[in-house]
Amino acid sequence: MAGLLDIPFCVAGGLRTIKDAEVVLNYGADKISINTPALSKPSLIDELARRFGSQCVVAGIDSLVQDGQYRVHQFTGDSGKTRHSGRLTQDWVTEVQNRGAGEIVLNCMNQDGVRNGYDIEQLAAVRDISRVPLIASGGAGTKQHFSDVFQQAMVDGALAASVFHTGAINIGDLKQFLATQSIEVRP
Amino acid sequence: MSSAVRKVVLIDSGGANIASLQFALSRLGCQGVLSADAGFIRAAGHVILPGVGAAAAAMSRLREAGLDTLITSLSQPVLGICLGMQLMFDRSEESDTDCLGIMKGEAHLIPATPGRPVPHMGWNQVHAANDSPMLSGITSGAYFYFVHSYAIGKVPSMTATVNYEQPFTAIAEQDNFVATQFHPEKSGPAGAQLLKNFLART
Repeated sequence: MAGLLDIPFCVAGGLRTIKDAEVVLNYGADKISINTPALSKPSLIDELARRFGSQCVVAGIDSLVQDGQYRVHQFTGDSGKTRHSGRLTQDWVTEVQNRGAGEIVLNCMNQDGVRNGYDIEQLAAVRDISRVPLIASGGAGTKQHFSDVFQQAMVDGALAASVFHTGAINIGDLKQFLATQSIEVRP
Repeated sequence: MSSAVRKVVLIDSGGANIASLQFALSRLGCQGVLSADAGFIRAAGHVILPGVGAAAAAMSRLREAGLDTLITSLSQPVLGICLGMQLMFDRSEESDTDCLGIMKGEAHLIPATPGRPVPHMGWNQVHAANDSPMLSGITSGAYFYFVHSYAIGKVPSMTATVNYEQPFTAIAEQDNFVATQFHPEKSGPAGAQLLKNFLART
């Protein structure tokens, strides 16, 4: 992939050690995203940041609203194994930054896959305690959803997969739409 | 005439992500060869000082290999990218590191504010501050990709700026030395054009 891409890309999933990270970075990836392995061994974030720099280390966080609280879940790659990690989302957001993560991707699980819009309230709460770039994930269904999350939760980026892969939203159209809303996007 | 692929020497300062730069050069028909060999670097037509990593580690690696004095004495076109740019200046606030001193100025930590997360990672518009052949064929205001926590303010060698709540140096040029805070190898067609402009220098 790296030979074809002249824009940045991030590799997520399956990275557990410094060695794993080294391999994908040497192949040309710019960032690595770690999620469950960081919950199992938080010091992995410190080690990765020291070795490769904070700009390289993205903390992926899967957060679910339960009993009025935002809770971090792990093993979300497999619905049978997914479970609460024992951590509150805001605590973990603060900890990953202190350990050296240079970006946070917050996947709001209640919204994920349902295309009803991003979880603005949760993202805004996490924005307040994030001094590193914050990327919204989960819930994109319309172009307006992107505009809302940028303007109301002040996130630095918005992630979406299914609406792009299925062609429901064309990326060029979306960028044009956001530009008309005074949101700065690369043309 | 030799039919060999044109080689560009990338100075090995121990940083990661050399592959992106090598891929970008190969898209332009060149081969990026990583080296810490003084003779090989001196003989190169074009030299790139890449940079992903920490200033202190990179400087001590260059000094141990005797490459610090070599770089400052090079007379062919030399391009510093990101950390490579910062190393070309007098000093970096990152671990209080004395750098190569080719250009006047210092890299300082960007203070994080509510509207300005640090590291600065993203696409920002670069505007020419002076006429520069490095921006030939590139519209002023084109977007380039930035990844950095330290930045250089306005300096005498600045030829283009970027605004991230405050203006920073995006491109600096002095004699045969060129430096970019952004990553041209990750900056789409505008970045490819900038690399082409660098390779056209003699």
